[in-house]
Amino acid sequence: MIATLHGAVADYGGRRALGPFDLALSGGEIVALVGPSGCGKSTALRLLAGLEKPTAGSVTRQAGRGETALVFQSPTLAPWLSALDNVALPLVLAGQAQAQARQTAALALKRVGLNAAMDKSPAQLSGGMAMRASLARALVADPRLLLLDEPFAALDEITRRQLADDVLALVADLKPAVLFVTHNVEEAVYMASRVVVMTPGPGRQAGELAIEGALSRPAGFRTTPGFRAAAETVSAMLAQAMEAVPA
Amino acid sequence: MIGRWLSPAILIAVLLTGWEAACRLLHLPAYVLPPPSAVVARLASDAPTLLIGAWNTLSMALCALALASVAGCGLALITALSPALERAVRPLAVAAQVTPVVAVAPLFLIWSGLDHPARAIVALAAIVAFFPIFSGASAGLKSADPGLERLFDLYGSSRWHRLVRLRLPAATPFLLEGHRVAAGLAVIGAVVAEFVAGSGATQGLAWRILESGNRLQTDRMFAALAVLAALGLVLHGAVQALERRLLAWWSGSGPAR
Repeated sequence: MIATLHGAVADYGGRRALGPFDLALSGGEIVALVGPSGCGKSTALRLLAGLEKPTAGSVTRQAGRGETALVFQSPTLAPWLSALDNVALPLVLAGQAQAQARQTAALALKRVGLNAAMDKSPAQLSGGMAMRASLARALVADPRLLLLDEPFAALDEITRRQLADDVLALVADLKPAVLFVTHNVEEAVYMASRVVVMTPGPGRQAGELAIEGALSRPAGFRTTPGFRAAAETVSAMLAQAMEAVPA
Repeated sequence: MIGRWLSPAILIAVLLTGWEAACRLLHLPAYVLPPPSAVVARLASDAPTLLIGAWNTLSMALCALALASVAGCGLALITALSPALERAVRPLAVAAQVTPVVAVAPLFLIWSGLDHPARAIVALAAIVAFFPIFSGASAGLKSADPGLERLFDLYGSSRWHRLVRLRLPAATPFLLEGHRVAAGLAVIGAVVAEFVAGSGATQGLAWRILESGNRLQTDRMFAALAVLAALGLVLHGAVQALERRLLAWWSGSGPAR
């Protein structure tokens, strides 16, 4: 296991936001975390990242500092740095020399298809390109744990699908453990080897579904009966979880 | 480009013509309102004195701006590192800003000594210019994207890295804006302080205005005012151009290349 949550609870100012919640991530798998807004998905992600401490329960992580990477809903690039220097930033912060960091960053940008835009500033990148640069930054240090916090939420449908396939290809290559937080059921089923459904906040696990098939999804996967059935099952689990809580 | 300058030029021409005509038709005494032609003549004949005066005022304002920049940025950096210190400093900084500079000027003149009014004028102009720089730098140092702050947490970056690779670059646009506002205020501060000093020792434009007023040389007052306005416009334009260049560089490819 690369990272786990055991009975993790997070309270903010006396209000419970999450848990108790259990989750385990192993290398090479993509776990999608689906739940209604405010259920604590992002809190669970921040606990796994080590950015916050749980109020109760425990968090374990084999991935150390520099081996955990994070992608947000917005690209979160530094506007004063070129795409290349943005991607090189994690390496520079880890103490690498600028020149060497840039070389590695150039390779990471190439992997996400941005080799022509290396010297551009974030303001010159389209939304999809900026998100790719953000992804390249997350992957540049070869992380063992990749945490994606609704990374496609601000993108249009076409870009979103392209990026989903890109992420799948990159993960198949680098084999990190991936947590993919989303509120989109179809996206969760498409991206994940395992979908975990959460109850409304404070979120607990409402159900779990393993998704069959290799993670490099074949063309037309979204129209297969298996995909439809899985999406229906996850939707039903979500609906049931919502009903269990009086509105 | 022509269209941009045409309408203000026409307005100025109309105003000047009206002014000239009014002076001639109403036979206004020159010490009340001299015609623009007399002001222009004065401007030409007194150009050396006025330009030296402009230079003296400008150099005092620029000294004040430099002082305010060092003090404002320095204090903002220190308070950014300690929220308790910021809470302590802010009311004092605001108090210094809202106290009219004219009111504290006599105090500074005493401290600087009668022989060195220029020191008092620079100090007073610096006080006026300090606040926008301090305020901009403080806000700028807190303006970094929270997501980026979180990434720096995640990568376990040192305080030094966080400062030079995140907070200072993020503060740059705020710093530039603060300096642009401060540059204009420094000139105003220098002029006001020179008025209060009321001594010819500094030989600035404000002194020329005061001196001409005492002699009822109204045309010379207008000439000095025109030079002062031109000085303000040139400084504003220069600082704005500099700000644009630096911002373009900032959002271009970054400081490391």
